[in-house]
Amino acid sequence: MRLELKGITKKFGDFTANDQIDLVAESGEIHCLLGENGAGKSTLMNVLYGLYQADGGEVILDGKPTKFAGPGEAMKAGIGMVHQHFMLIPVFTVAENVILGHEPTKPLGFLDVEKARELVREISSRFGFDIDPDAVVGDLPVGVQQRVEIIKALISDAQVLIFDEPTAVLTPQETDELMEIMRQLKDEGKAIVFITHKLREVKEVADKITVIRLGKVVGQAKPSDTTEQLASMMVGREVDLSVNKDPANLGEASFQVQNLTAFSPSGNKVLDDVSFEVQRGEIFVIAGVQGNGQTELAESILGIQDKVSGSIKLEGKELLGKSVKKVLDSGVGFVPEDRTEDGLVADFTIAENLMLDRSDRPPFAKGIQLQLKNLHEFAGQKLKSFDIRARSIFSKANQLSGGNQQKVVLARELSRDLKLLIASQPTRGLDVGSIEFVHEQIVAARDSGIPVVIIATELDEATQLGDRVAVMYKGKIVGVVSPDTQREELGKLMAGISA
Amino acid sequence: MKQQNLIREIFSGNAVIPIFAVVASFLFGGILIAFANEEVQEASGYFFSRPGDTISAVLNSVVGAYDALFRGSIFNYQASTAQGMIKPLTETLAFATPITLAGLGLAVSFRSGLFNIGAQGQIIFGAMFAGYVGLSFELPFLIHMPMAVLAGLLGGALWGGLVGLLKATTGANEVVVTIMFNYVALLLLTYLLKTPVFQAPNQVNPISSPVAESSRLPGILGDGFRLHFGLIIMLAMVVAVWWLMHRSSIGFQFRALGYNPSAARTAGINIPLTYILVMAVSGGLAGMAGASQVLGADRQLTVGISATFGFDAITVALLGRNNPFGVLAAGLLFGGLRSGAVLMQANQGVPVDIVLVVQSTIVLFIAAPPLVRSLFRLPKPKAVQA
Repeated sequence: MRLELKGITKKFGDFTANDQIDLVAESGEIHCLLGENGAGKSTLMNVLYGLYQADGGEVILDGKPTKFAGPGEAMKAGIGMVHQHFMLIPVFTVAENVILGHEPTKPLGFLDVEKARELVREISSRFGFDIDPDAVVGDLPVGVQQRVEIIKALISDAQVLIFDEPTAVLTPQETDELMEIMRQLKDEGKAIVFITHKLREVKEVADKITVIRLGKVVGQAKPSDTTEQLASMMVGREVDLSVNKDPANLGEASFQVQNLTAFSPSGNKVLDDVSFEVQRGEIFVIAGVQGNGQTELAESILGIQDKVSGSIKLEGKELLGKSVKKVLDSGVGFVPEDRTEDGLVADFTIAENLMLDRSDRPPFAKGIQLQLKNLHEFAGQKLKSFDIRARSIFSKANQLSGGNQQKVVLARELSRDLKLLIASQPTRGLDVGSIEFVHEQIVAARDSGIPVVIIATELDEATQLGDRVAVMYKGKIVGVVSPDTQREELGKLMAGISA
Repeated sequence: MKQQNLIREIFSGNAVIPIFAVVASFLFGGILIAFANEEVQEASGYFFSRPGDTISAVLNSVVGAYDALFRGSIFNYQASTAQGMIKPLTETLAFATPITLAGLGLAVSFRSGLFNIGAQGQIIFGAMFAGYVGLSFELPFLIHMPMAVLAGLLGGALWGGLVGLLKATTGANEVVVTIMFNYVALLLLTYLLKTPVFQAPNQVNPISSPVAESSRLPGILGDGFRLHFGLIIMLAMVVAVWWLMHRSSIGFQFRALGYNPSAARTAGINIPLTYILVMAVSGGLAGMAGASQVLGADRQLTVGISATFGFDAITVALLGRNNPFGVLAAGLLFGGLRSGAVLMQANQGVPVDIVLVVQSTIVLFIAAPPLVRSLFRLPKPKAVQA
């Protein structure tokens, strides 16, 4: 099957999200669509999938111009999509999810669940998935849920498969496995469109690469091009992918965590006797596959984790058992893992978000009267010094790109008098330009002489940013190593194999 | 979370939808008025021979009804005296006072992500506290009246704050609790009105004595009008609520909680305490509506002291988009509907229930913006840029 997009244009008001985009996907080929967040990749795919109607251009399927009124028609025509945010029903079993929308029935309209199970088993074994058709989807790890999405697309006999940022939620191992699955699909003769902004992945699987920037195709690239070449094409300027930092200028160990143990609401041990110390002027990275207790560790420090024991000391003062407000007031800067959920109020303006944690005190309030003039002055300064790209300080947070949202969070946290900075996956989902900026800010915080704790799931980030790297596995710190440790070594630690 | 998303969806958007929702509801009401009209029914019997008769009967009935509604709520140009002419407007303002006060309270809670359905009960508690102070003391006016009003505020704040406390400590759902608290408040009032606490001596009916002269909210414009000082309190509260929500750090925290509770928590805002505060402020405003009724309008406690103000207030907060000035506009509209309905029935024989239908369809239309947009061919709100 050959899918061709020709001159696709899509506008939202006076904003052009896609401008005359051409793209061809052919059987037995992985075509990467590379671009930063907000470049218009997802819009393009939503046009193709019938979720948006294009303002210009056409979709040509095997030589015939086609138009999809909705995802249903696109699916019938043989186009399947693995969404960035899975479209699965958590309380249904794998088999039930997979047949949703085209349920096989027995006479009299009874649901043929056995048939569904069989289908799942068949496809599972073909790709070596090892998925139980009767498992409830909500109980499965994210990587496995993604496979269910893939099975779902395959069952409706999709010939063109679109993967929309599929690795954003995966661990390094799961990512490798997904790459393998994509190669298998390609060998079966499927056409694959792989949307991503991660250069390593592109170089690994792509046959063809189309780079888009600000809604336009800026050119084709080859998988053999260097990472730097790809990055500068994507961003539109030379970029430096490594983190620039001087050797750490270490001071005393002012942040100490001792024997921290915590339980989840259901009684599982999520932190198991965690102890470590961080020195002033040091970046201490906690690496590990997501879900091994890192979130709970960060939340314990902030004071929102229940059922936790041990000790967390900052400059000799105990933080454990104090309220979030007290913890923040004692000089802890906190960049949460999920910035839209925990870091920002999407409906608030940039200015309002900048005073989220200090709305009750000077300079932002006098008594309970807000001092809007002070706030607006402060916000104006931060807009400039943190290079937040927005129309004004009155733009709402939900109108900003991920990178700019993260800059707002950083601007807020770093403008307090900090004695400790904790950042959870500070560059997750950000474009290359913003990643550079965030890393610079983190290194600057370190150089100001405070201890910094970074929680990272990407190995590159962990080793480039960290002065020391601790690896967490099942709630324990299984090793603390130097950042120049071999990748394989770290991978083993992350899988729980102690060196 | 689901519930909050729904609330947010209903309340988002600008003033265009509410205005068109009101227009659509009036059109719909007009259709019902025409259908229920006897002359229209008669003329439609021979519609095909003389269609003009039906059309003029329809016009007569609808125009007549809405004309009566106008005369009964805003300006009675047919009245013989100046007093009679402006009386309808003062009636509208008198009805709008408690509805708007309670609506302001609900707007505060909705904005903060709490769905307080308990204005009815909070009005009753406010009325009981204010009534108790009004009945039990003899004090100089300048002390007694403010004290009684503040007692009303306190009563509503306690009754609302209790819901916040339950939510903060046990996680109880405020929707369920406030609905139940409405019954508790009403039954408590009914009981107390049969005991010497409130019941007037030598009374068999559940009615209290009139509250002391010194505790009453003085009338405005004199004895011929029901308008009283509660109106001034209400207008002051509109500004006060605007200030609280948009110019104070407390309101900032309320709104942060409403828009994104987890970000509020991460930023160190004390969520349980904020729940209690929101519900106390919300209930306090409703309590003032109760005080205004017992000290200004009825001047005694009865079981019907809260009428249906607490429920109208939900629609008013909804229609006003939780903006204090929007709530005022919606409150005035509802006050007008209430005062105008009386004349509409007396004059045109249109049942008062039509007004209820109009009020209810407003809710329906507001809850379904796409319907209103397609009815009036409004453009879709700008898509969020991907």
